[in-house]
Amino acid sequence: MNGAHDLGGMHGLGPVNAEANEPVFHEEWERRMFGLFIATFAGGHFNVDQFRHAIERMNPAHYLDSPYYEHWLHSCETLLVEGGVISRTELEARIAKLEKEAK
Amino acid sequence: MVHPRHNAPLSDTALRVKALESLLVEKGLVDPRALDAVIDAYENKIGPHNGARVVARAWTDSAYKRRLLEDATAAIAELGYTGVQGEDMVVVENTPEVHNMVVCTLCSCYPWPTLGLPPNWYKSAPYRSRAVIDPRGVLHEFGVAVPDTTEVRVWDSNAELRYLVLPLRPEGTEEMTEDELAGLVTRDSMIGTGLPKTRSVGGSAKAESQRRRK
Repeated sequence: MNGAHDLGGMHGLGPVNAEANEPVFHEEWERRMFGLFIATFAGGHFNVDQFRHAIERMNPAHYLDSPYYEHWLHSCETLLVEGGVISRTELEARIAKLEKEAK
Repeated sequence: MVHPRHNAPLSDTALRVKALESLLVEKGLVDPRALDAVIDAYENKIGPHNGARVVARAWTDSAYKRRLLEDATAAIAELGYTGVQGEDMVVVENTPEVHNMVVCTLCSCYPWPTLGLPPNWYKSAPYRSRAVIDPRGVLHEFGVAVPDTTEVRVWDSNAELRYLVLPLRPEGTEEMTEDELAGLVTRDSMIGTGLPKTRSVGGSAKAESQRRRK
């Protein structure tokens, strides 16, 4: 698939910023997202190729401008909805509920 | 890489992850304790210290090194490192003539059983785009000086095949044990964007920072 993810050889993306003493995860949500990926992958809800393909189907601007594990979130949501494991409606309802509770 | 948009949309992303987990737990598809165990494994148990054992063994056991270069997956499994994202491994050997470095231009393919999860820079657009057109420039930014007479080979990983660099054994380490040698092997030296630590006390600033990182 030809898309924004195919970065090899592109110009203008800036210098490489290597972080000293980088932790494995930077945020708690990244930790949980990693675990969710492993659990749903192991649960047979999708394979690695489907997972990567769903990342490659992201809106290119969103892809380039979002943290790495947000790609995983997007892919997991997409594949679980497409596979009928969860519905978009119940996911959005759950987000709204948690948002309300957090306030 | 520090993500410029970390603050504003992050809470939104964190919320979505929380919602997804809560929904999947409710449906009985995910066990939060299993998640905790997986996270703990990749945060505390699986990491570059595994790959360092492989490299140190290859430095001290020529028969093992031969097996490693012929069938890396099997040779790495001999030391007990197997599993997801390490199913098909290739080890590329640095020599005075050739310096190898590894990238995944399309995403983030990386040998998890030997190196753990990749650092952010490895998954970032700058590294993925530039490693293949300006490898020497990238190496320079990492503080790695490769002589002009040394060929630089860049290996682009994919979902099936993962690379590990076998760095050159530092000079003056002939008397060191395999355990001690493993302590010299840094993560970046196995990606090819770094060199192993040297034995000398006053190493370079880069070597010093890698020492702190361990």
